[in-house]
Amino acid sequence: MTSEGSPVGRRVVLGMVGLGAVGVVVGARVQSGVNRAVGPVGSRVSGLIPAAGGFRFYSVVDSVKRVEPADYRLTVGGLVDRPRTFRFADLQALPQTRMTDDFHCVTGWTVSDVAWAGVALPDLLNVVGVRPGAKGVRFTSFDGAYTETLTLEQARRRDVIVATSMLGGPVSHEHGGPVRMYVAPMYGYKSTKWLGGIDLVDRVKPGYWEVRGYDVDAWIGRSNGYTS
Amino acid sequence: MIRFTRAVRSVHHMTAVLLLVCLATAAVLYVPALSETVGRRHLFRMIHIVAGFGLPVPALLGWASRAFRDDLRRLNRFSPADWGWLRGRDRRATVGGRGIHPVGKFNAGQKLNAAFVAGAILVMLGTGTILTFPHPWPDMYRTGATFVHDWLTLAIFVVFLGHLWYALRDSGAPSGMFLGHVTREWAARHHPAWLDEMEGSARSRTVSTRNFGAPGEPADPSGNTEEGKDDLSPRRS
Repeated sequence: MTSEGSPVGRRVVLGMVGLGAVGVVVGARVQSGVNRAVGPVGSRVSGLIPAAGGFRFYSVVDSVKRVEPADYRLTVGGLVDRPRTFRFADLQALPQTRMTDDFHCVTGWTVSDVAWAGVALPDLLNVVGVRPGAKGVRFTSFDGAYTETLTLEQARRRDVIVATSMLGGPVSHEHGGPVRMYVAPMYGYKSTKWLGGIDLVDRVKPGYWEVRGYDVDAWIGRSNGYTS
Repeated sequence: MIRFTRAVRSVHHMTAVLLLVCLATAAVLYVPALSETVGRRHLFRMIHIVAGFGLPVPALLGWASRAFRDDLRRLNRFSPADWGWLRGRDRRATVGGRGIHPVGKFNAGQKLNAAFVAGAILVMLGTGTILTFPHPWPDMYRTGATFVHDWLTLAIFVVFLGHLWYALRDSGAPSGMFLGHVTREWAARHHPAWLDEMEGSARSRTVSTRNFGAPGEPADPSGNTEEGKDDLSPRRS
């Protein structure tokens, strides 16, 4: 056959591939526009369609039991002078630190201007007293699977917070409440949700996602292949 | 009459299963309510990635089949009649049980759907590769890949529902895809030019062994293209 009509199918395929490539290049800018338009954090649209901006909810286990603030316990131990269990009210009684910053996920989504409040980790460490020989701080989640670690130096930053509040209210169960970590200078996987335990340890052990390939030092823009 | 060979149907079914696995795991990874209740993120992520990278495999294997390549060629080409069908408001109209548009083996909607699926698989494969192996890519491209992967997922879901709607509202179409054959009446109603082509080629084979050009023999309208008709019109007159 000499002529069978125009190859529209091929054009559609090539056009889509071209549009896809353009989308990858300009998508970051378009998405931030979409976020501004429809996605003030917690809005109904972004709760239904993550593409409309806002947080995405990641959990590594099948289900996490709900814990009310009244029943909450945070166990702090390991290489410390005074191991201790903190109730929710105990955390609220400690000096409070507030900060507002962007939340960056290593997979590429970002939520702007999230307000956090709670106890700065160095303040909590001062309460229990760090013993010589401690090199790192290990976080465990009461989801039963998730772990994370920071070096002691990283853990003493003022922008590392044991958060009891986010977005102007309590930390919801979905966001890892009633108490979660917020490690401002690092990607979200360092900010352990459903925080159950903090232990001072003599070496930094890779956490849940880190044994699955992510960098242990997760500085935003300077890890996991990011250079900007 | 035979509509799709076993090889073509296998490519369709394997692609369909992989796409369904991708959509189901995507929902678990992506819809907040499901992410919370189902969890197990690492497991579903691995299933999603394996099924996603597997999506183009059935079509590549299908290339070994002549029937599959022939169907691809038909899906690729748009005849002027296809544009008329797309524009027409009378796409499903029939006269005497026969569709009024000279639709070949595939109508223009099926051609566009196939092209969309092929393009979508390639784009999802590209952006999915960036998301699966993010290390070599700058920040901006990862966010861009997330953007494209997310929104194209919604488009694929809508087109997938449309595909199901058109396939299932018509009792003859699933038979073609699941059993391989359709009735002559169904072909006359939905793909008259294809029916003519099949019967024409069958007839011309038998005719050539006996005699040809017998008086009163109806013209042999093969193909659904305008060119095909033009070729035939001198003989017809």
